[in-house]
Amino acid sequence: MANPIIETKSLSKKYRITHKEAYFTLRDSIVNCFKSPFGIFKKKRTDSSKEDFWALKDVSFDVNPGEVVGVIGRNGAGKTTLLKILSRITYPTEGEIRLRGRVGSLLEVGTGFHPELTGRENIYFNGSILGMKKKEIDKKFDEIVDFSGVEKFIDTPVKRFSSGMQVRLAFSVAAYLEPEILLVDEVLAVGDAEFQKKCLGKMKDISKGGRTILFVSHNMSAIRNLCSRVIMLEGGKISLDSDSETAVSKYLDQNLTLGTSISGKELEAKIEGYINRANPSIRFKEIKLLNQNNEPCSIFNSNEAIKICITYECLNTVDSLRVNICIVDEENREILTTTTVDDEKEVNSYRKNAGVYTSICYISPNMFGEKRLFVSVHLEYPKVEHLVLDRVLGFDVIFLGYNNISAAFKNSFIRPRLKWETQLLDLTNR
Amino acid sequence: MPTTIEKNEIIIKAQKGWLRIDFKELWNYRELAYFFVWREIKVRYKQTVVGVAWAIFKPLTTMLIFTFFFGRFAKMPSDGIPYPIFVYIGLLLWDYFSFGLSHSSDSMVGNANIIQKIYFPRLIIPISSSLIGLVDFAVASIVLVGIMLYYRYIPNIVGIFYIPFLLFITFLSSVGLGCFLASINVKYRDVRYVIPFFIQIFMFLTPVIYPVSMVGAKFKWLLALNPMTGVIETARAIILGTKDVDWQILSVSMIISAGLFIFGIFYFRKTEKFFADII
Repeated sequence: MANPIIETKSLSKKYRITHKEAYFTLRDSIVNCFKSPFGIFKKKRTDSSKEDFWALKDVSFDVNPGEVVGVIGRNGAGKTTLLKILSRITYPTEGEIRLRGRVGSLLEVGTGFHPELTGRENIYFNGSILGMKKKEIDKKFDEIVDFSGVEKFIDTPVKRFSSGMQVRLAFSVAAYLEPEILLVDEVLAVGDAEFQKKCLGKMKDISKGGRTILFVSHNMSAIRNLCSRVIMLEGGKISLDSDSETAVSKYLDQNLTLGTSISGKELEAKIEGYINRANPSIRFKEIKLLNQNNEPCSIFNSNEAIKICITYECLNTVDSLRVNICIVDEENREILTTTTVDDEKEVNSYRKNAGVYTSICYISPNMFGEKRLFVSVHLEYPKVEHLVLDRVLGFDVIFLGYNNISAAFKNSFIRPRLKWETQLLDLTNR
Repeated sequence: MPTTIEKNEIIIKAQKGWLRIDFKELWNYRELAYFFVWREIKVRYKQTVVGVAWAIFKPLTTMLIFTFFFGRFAKMPSDGIPYPIFVYIGLLLWDYFSFGLSHSSDSMVGNANIIQKIYFPRLIIPISSSLIGLVDFAVASIVLVGIMLYYRYIPNIVGIFYIPFLLFITFLSSVGLGCFLASINVKYRDVRYVIPFFIQIFMFLTPVIYPVSMVGAKFKWLLALNPMTGVIETARAIILGTKDVDWQILSVSMIISAGLFIFGIFYFRKTEKFFADII
């Protein structure tokens, strides 16, 4: 067996945090000197303003040629630091890495893009800074432009581009980089959905070409899609190194409490609509998402029911009250709308006495495709108050498919399990 | 079992102390240096009307002002050369030096976003920043030809071949000093404010507006410690062919510029590992 293409041995990175401004000037030093003339001497002894922080601690792993490895973890877990060390932007404090191949890193889309330069000029500069030779860029130029879809504006300064166009151009340059090891940080989070899809497709092509990819992302579906193996980082250490299914589900489990409920001040800050502040009649208390086992959850498998619990208070008797829920997509387009009065039982309880209530909406299993969706909630006391919580909570749906063969068309918004029937009408005799 | 280092293998580990300079890698990245220069030049004259002619404007007006004040009023000696030619040669080389110095010392901070996102030998940045000045030098040189024609001076053909060598010395000292200041600038932004001031003072310590011969023999050596002294004096001597090259001063300049260069780039390499973290 060949040597691993990436060999990482007990890698650690220490940062020193200074609890002052990081921007030193001589003036600061002089001012400090006046503030406490003996500070200079004192500082040496106590030095309490500095603190060591280990962004990475004892990280070891090997990657074999052709592997596509996802790196996941919460913010601050050390993902970007790891990538920065691998791409030699910063050096480790301890440990060693051996890289056996040409490395291309994509930590940001459009590094070195200059607004005054034209699209064409930026392709050349950006390509060169990513490590391409001029000849390579000449050769791939047409493909790059073609992929970006901005050929019409290629000789216009990029400052006149829309931000979406800039991102597309920038990613296109990177997409044609052909290193043996590709390091990619969360760069797919930009651009519109269609372009993201195109990018993911391109990444998949690259990985099929036998290249090694290390891919940092928060997008679990992209990770599942692309990676065969996942390294999970937690507080600068590897907490799990396994196949992507296991790691993703573990990661999702850990994040159960994240974004599954909202209450208190945080909730109040989000309330919009027609609000009578002087004389409130209805108020939200809490919104939460639960799975079928009544556990807080923000990632649902498509075969699970989703419960949306809305807790609110009626401060005095309310003659008629409605709770509406609207499920919207990332661009705030309505996918599904439902209201309490759709249910006959609820119609009879229009009127509510003062008190705290919880209304629960059950969204049946097998409803959505693989999407990120948001919940908007309306609490309506007609002609008195109408409180709106726009996209108050978000959740991901992971589409599992209805048979073991495939999970086709998973990106459709609504992907219910419906009844199908096929009848034979007539046999064609030949 | 010890693992052997293969071709293309990169080892990343903690860097301590002084680092060697990987000239092979620098050479591999030469195209990037070219692109840095190319980008800077493109950007500089975008949306300007006269474009690259701005490179002439500065030395030309400075020359006119100096000629007026120092040449006419102060009757500054100029070794028998018409003062405009005398001062313009000095300004050409001085401008290249000061441009290289101020640009390279500001270059790391100016490219902070790139440094934090991508790897390449960092030395490319200050080096290419200094190279940009060569373009201005070339453009502004056209004016020198014009002034010399006006005063009916025939340039010394042999002297022309010395110019790349003199530029090389200037390049070494500006990059050396620039790299050193760029490293400090990453941590202490004071450098930014000191440099313009420093350059202004330094110009008067360089024989740009006056000849070395004006300074007594006692202080000549002090002046020679400034690498630009040898460069400018030699340039005047060889372009006009009016006097012999002072090899003593020139060799001192060479040694000092080489020393500055070596010190500058090694200091840069030593501090380079922290750049991305503190810039």
